[in-house]
Formats: sequence, structure tokens, C-alpha cells
Amino acid sequence: MRALFSTVSIADPAASWDHRGILPPREGDPGGGDGGGVYGSPNFDLRLRRARLGLLVGLTGILMIFISFTSAYVVRQGLPTLDPRTNALVQDWLPVRLPAILLLNTSVLLLSSISMEMARRGALREAALERTASANVAADRTQILWLALTLLLGVAFLRGQWLAWRQLTSSGFAIASSPSSSFVYLLTGMHGLHLLGGVLALLAASAATLLRRAIASCAVAIDVTGWYWHSMALLWVYVLCLLKFVR
Amino acid sequence: MATPESHVHVHAAPQGFLRKWVFSLDHKVIGLQYYFLALTAVFVGMFLSLLMRIHLIWPNVSLPLFGEIKPETYLSLLTMHGTIMVFFVLTTAPQGGFGNYFLPIQIGAADMAFPVLNMLSFWITCVGYLVMLGAFFVTGGAPLHGWTGYPPLSAVPSAGPGEGAGADLWVISIALFCLGALLSALNFITTTLDMRVKGMSMMRMPLTCWAWFITAILGLLAFGVLLAAGILLLLDRNLGTSFFVPLITVNGQMVGHKGGSPLLWQHLFWFFGHPEVYIAILPAMGLCSQLVSVFSRKPIFGYKAMVYAMLSIGILGFMVWGHHMFMSGMSPYSAFAFSIMTMAIGVPSAIKTFNWLGTLWGGRIRFSSPMLFAIGFVSLFVSGGISGPFLAQPVLDIPLHDTYFVTGHFHLIMGVASIFGIFAATYYWFPKMFGHMMNETLARWHFWVSFVGAYAIFMPMHYLGMAMHPRRYSQLTELNYLHNLLPLQKFITYAAFITIAGQFIFLFNLFWSMKYGEKASDNPWEATTLEWTTATPPPHDNFGGRTPVVSHGPYEYGVPGAASDYVMQTAPAAVTTGV
Repeated sequence: MRALFSTVSIADPAASWDHRGILPPREGDPGGGDGGGVYGSPNFDLRLRRARLGLLVGLTGILMIFISFTSAYVVRQGLPTLDPRTNALVQDWLPVRLPAILLLNTSVLLLSSISMEMARRGALREAALERTASANVAADRTQILWLALTLLLGVAFLRGQWLAWRQLTSSGFAIASSPSSSFVYLLTGMHGLHLLGGVLALLAASAATLLRRAIASCAVAIDVTGWYWHSMALLWVYVLCLLKFVR
Repeated sequence: MATPESHVHVHAAPQGFLRKWVFSLDHKVIGLQYYFLALTAVFVGMFLSLLMRIHLIWPNVSLPLFGEIKPETYLSLLTMHGTIMVFFVLTTAPQGGFGNYFLPIQIGAADMAFPVLNMLSFWITCVGYLVMLGAFFVTGGAPLHGWTGYPPLSAVPSAGPGEGAGADLWVISIALFCLGALLSALNFITTTLDMRVKGMSMMRMPLTCWAWFITAILGLLAFGVLLAAGILLLLDRNLGTSFFVPLITVNGQMVGHKGGSPLLWQHLFWFFGHPEVYIAILPAMGLCSQLVSVFSRKPIFGYKAMVYAMLSIGILGFMVWGHHMFMSGMSPYSAFAFSIMTMAIGVPSAIKTFNWLGTLWGGRIRFSSPMLFAIGFVSLFVSGGISGPFLAQPVLDIPLHDTYFVTGHFHLIMGVASIFGIFAATYYWFPKMFGHMMNETLARWHFWVSFVGAYAIFMPMHYLGMAMHPRRYSQLTELNYLHNLLPLQKFITYAAFITIAGQFIFLFNLFWSMKYGEKASDNPWEATTLEWTTATPPPHDNFGGRTPVVSHGPYEYGVPGAASDYVMQTAPAAVTTGV
């Protein structure tokens, strides 16, 4: 029975999931990645890790939404419908001719991903400099330009998607014309909505940088926004491939 | 690094009513907000069920607020009862309520990982609830399609009186709820993985934390699917798409859809719907493990087995959705696979049950009110669960599926068992939350009325089902063979009256004890987990500037050589090694 009650000393290396032990957010951290407060550099790694973990978990949720749409897409594609005139089962899935502007949009989004990465790396570098230098580093904050460029490209992408919708409608593919066109609007729309979230996050991160908030805070915000942005770019490539090749 | 005592929490407690009680970032306040939201929801849901029970045995009585009950009104009551109970009570109170309040404290954190997101989750859920209630007040009233919302009924506005604006509000409310639940799951998972205090390894977490953690994972994977399905349904309803609606005529009119698949909705819905059952009951399982150990003064029997059992229940829960669709004409091979998987869930469930019994065995049991409800939970879990393997078999499910047998089954296991978990949690943590003990005499009365009442209501439903009494029928007068079953229906309604009356004992006790209950000490149950090491009620930062360090498992009761019969998780390691 004795083994049941064995105790482990606190120096036990397996005392935490990453074998390092985690202190709760006391010093300089209000216990959350999105609260206000004073952020000292010792907590930078912790905050970055926590924010990235949160993002990863959130992306899993988003992934589930798109997996559901994909399965609906595949299932619906194979379903026949009854033609009331002939009383026979027919396929009502009409392959949609995707507007060429989608390719342009895709390149805009991929470009924005590159500029986002420049901003993200710049912000992290600045935060690292601030931590290592004993005196305050004069922040050059060139990443604000990259952020602005990303924002611009992001908005251009959304505008381009809107134009693609208009072209689709004028070529006879309205949302309810065919199940295939319904899915085109659904998937592009849902992706656009998620990217719009990224645009809002970018706006918030840019505002924080412009308002000269603590470098570490800005860097965490820009970093997670960056990873979210890349994920949305990847998601778009997936959506486009699905619409283009599985039809 | 400074000593833990010198750590000072940086953000001061908020002043002012709005920041403190309404738009609070404090996980404890948000937990209470979820709890009281669920409390209002459960009384609304219960009231609706009472109206249904009255109508079933006195069909001609005009009811308060609803007047004469037409068959479609009955279906509205049924839909709203189910939806409110499943989403806004069973999913909200155990996870959003107690999980929010106690997960950070039990792992030694000062708050959830993302407090702003946490506040947002609550308010989205709250708006979702108000939108749901709004369905009663729009033209046509509340929807008729049941909590499962099967199309075409749920997708065609002309299909019934409640299927217009009411059904739109229903779908929007569900979508909002999903959004809130997803954000909340994100917070729970990040908090559990990243905010545990030094020494709190995963395998030292109380089983309640494990349950909330696994529930959050289930929520993360399941609610996204329901959200997607809800969006498709909204498009079908409002933009004329045909995801779910085939070519059909409604009231002699051709609807403008064709080619959609109602089965597609069923697949998506139940891929969410079955894990949802575990989302409702896993927190109660975790809590039950906790209480059985605390009040038996024994370590939980098979801690790791409990963790792995919960994990396997969670994983298997995603592979069994087809057992809700045996009636849909699925291939017998698929049905066989779903059937086998479903019965396999019996194994981890049995492991849990035997471990609870093993913990009770030879324990110095203290029959306090939380323990009564925990044992009640085990009893209901067994009684409600044992009919699961019956229904898992297609040959039995096909005749029983649309009868009261299923109603009895899921009410016992998902409804009442989870509610018992909520009651147990309330009686157990009330002293910590409000600083007073709840009245024990009233609690015992409440337990016995609820326990006997729950069996009196739901056991006879199994017999009704075996006599092929169909569920969802608003009137029993049309079929002769149902006349003989009327006495049993009457008995159920009388039992429901008494059980519902018993809930007011709880309500009174809850509010009365907040003010007049006996003052609670910091650790009234002599339990070991971290929430009992802090003040009552816990300060804004949970540990008053201290950082707890954990050196013991959560269930060290009756430790040989220890000074008392329990060792706090924060006790220095030397105390018990003591040799």
C-alpha cells in the first residue's frame, strides 16, 4: 500500500508538462495574454508561448469548421436529385468556371504573407534586442511599414474576392443557382470572414505599435497575428484547390 | 528571483459595479455569471417540461402563458425545453460555471489565460440565450423541429407556424452559442496546458481539471462542426441554397430547393451531438471522482485509469454518431460498426464506475450533502447508462428509437445525472464561493426528493417505451392502445410536480445560505486541492499574492505516518516522507 502514497519532491524534473515548471503569471503579468498591464521582459517568452498556444488551439477550431464544409462539399457533390419533369435522378452539380481574378487575389494574399513575415521578424528582433541591451534601445519600428503594406494587400485581397463574386453572379452563377456555386460563395465567404478577422487584428497590432506600447506587447501581438495570417493564406490555397480540382 | 511571498499581483481588483460584476475579467465572476445564467435557464426549461406534462394528461386544460395547447405548441415546448436544457444548462453550468471558477484556482493560476476572451465568451453565450428566448415572442412563436433541428422541417419557413422567424432565431442562437463555446474551449485548453503552478504536473491535477480539460477538447472539435452546419442551415433558410433540402412539396407547394440531403445535416449534427453528451457529463464525472475520494477519506481508486478512461470516452465519443441514425436507412455494415464502437464506450464507463465503487469500498464515508449527490450521480449514471448498450444495437434501437424508452434513457444519463453533478458541485463549492455553508437539512430534503423523484419520473418511461408508446405525441387520446398507459403517464406527471416543487427547496437554500448560512472556514470538507488553501471567498488574484507550490497528488487521504488524515497538495514534501 505504501507505494500508493509516495510523494515526489518539488525538484522533481517531471513536475510540469515541458519539464521546466511553470510559474503562474505573477510578476508583471496580469494572468492573461490579452489583458493590459506592465510587461517586463522576463515574461516575454512566457507570453509569446501562451499566445501562440492559444492561437494553435483556436486554429484547430477553425480547421474543424472547414473540415465540416469540405465533407459537406464532397457529399453534396455525389448526390443526385429528382427531375420532376422526367421523374429520373439527375446530377445537379454544375462545375463552376472560377473567375480568373482569383489567381490575382491569390498572389496578392501570398505577397501579403511575405510582408507579414517581415513585420513579424522585425518585431521579434526588436523585442530580443530590447531584452539583451542594458539601456533602452531606440526603437526604429520599421515593421510598421510592413504592417501597413500587409494591411493594404489584405484589404486588396478582400476587395478582389468581392469582385470575383460579382463576376460569378454576372456569369449566371448566383449563390442558389447550383449547389456547386453555393459552395463557392460559402467557402470564399467564410474564408473572407476569417481573413477580415486577421485584418482587424492587424489594425489592432498597428495601433499598438503606433501608440508606442511596450515593445514586448507589440511583438507578441504582431507574432500571433502573423501566424494567423499565414494560416489564412494556407487555408485560402486549400479552398482554391478544393474548388478548382474537386469539382 | 524574488521569493513567492514578495510577488504582488499587478492589476488591482476593479472598482465600480460594471467592471466588477457585469463586464468583469475575473474568472470567478465570469464563472458565477455562467452559473446564474444556467440557473435561470434551468427554471425556464423545467417550467416548459411541466407544461408538457400537464398537457399530456389533461389535454383540454388551458395553460398559463400558452393558452390552449395545439399539437404544434406542444412541439414548440418540446424544442425549447430540449435546446435550453442541453445548451444553456448542461453545457453552461458544469463547464462555463464551475470550470471557470475553479480550474484556475485548482491549478494555482491567477486567472484564465485570456481574460478578455473569457468575458467575451460569456457575453456571446448570454446574447445567444436571449435570442433563444426571443423565439417565443416573434410571429409564429418558437420552432417545432426539436433540439436536433432536422431539415427539411427546420429549413423550410413555410413548414410550420414556428418555422419562420422563430427558427431563424433558434439557428442564430445556436451559432452564437457555438462561438462562445469555442472561445471558451480555447481558454480552458491554454490555461490547463500553460498556467499550471510549479509542481502541478498533468498527473497531479485533480480529476475535475482533467474533466474540464477533456471537455474543452471535445468542445473545440465538436462546436466547430455544429457552427458549420448552422451556417449551412441559415443559408438554406434565407438565401435559397439546397444543402439540406431536397425537392419536396410543403402544404401542396413546391419549395424552391432541390437535391439537398437531410441526412447530411444529421451526420454533421450528430458528429457534434454525441460528443455533446460527454461535454455535458464529463465534468460531472470528474467532480464525482473528486467528491467520492474526499468524503470517503481515501485516495481515488486508480487515478491514472480514471484519466485514461475519460480520454478514451472522449475519443470514442467522436466515432459513434451514427447510432443516432440507425433509423435513417444506413447500410447494415455501417450500423454494425457504429454499434460496436458504441458498446465499446461501456468499457471505460465501467472502469469509472468500478473505480468509484472501489474508492467507496472500506472508506470512512461522510454522508454530507455533496457526497449524497455524488453517490446519486453514480446510481443515475449506472441506471441511465445500462440502457445504452441496449439502444446501441440496431435491431433493438429501430423499434425503441421513437418511443419513450429513449426519452427515459437520455434523461437519466445526460439530464439528471449531469444535473446531480451540478448540485453536488454547488453544495461542495458553495462555502468557497460565498463564504457560508448551505443548510444541511434542506440539502438532504432536496437530495431525497430529487433522487426518488428522478427515478419516479424516468424509470416508468422505459416501460412506456417497451409498450411502444411513441414520444413527441402531444395527445394520447387518438390511439386505443395508449389508453391503458395513461395511468403511468399520470404517475409521471404527479412525480414531476413533486420533484419540481423540491427544486424550490434548493433555490431557497441557495439564496438563504448566501446571507444566513453558517460561516464557512477555509477548508470545511478537509480536502486537499488548492482551492482549499486560499481564503474564503478567494481574493481577486486567488492566492492573495502568494504563489502556491505543489508537492503532492490531489488525493492523499489516510496517508500512513502523516499528522492528519489528509495532506494538502501544497504541504512541504518532507511532511509525509517523514521517515
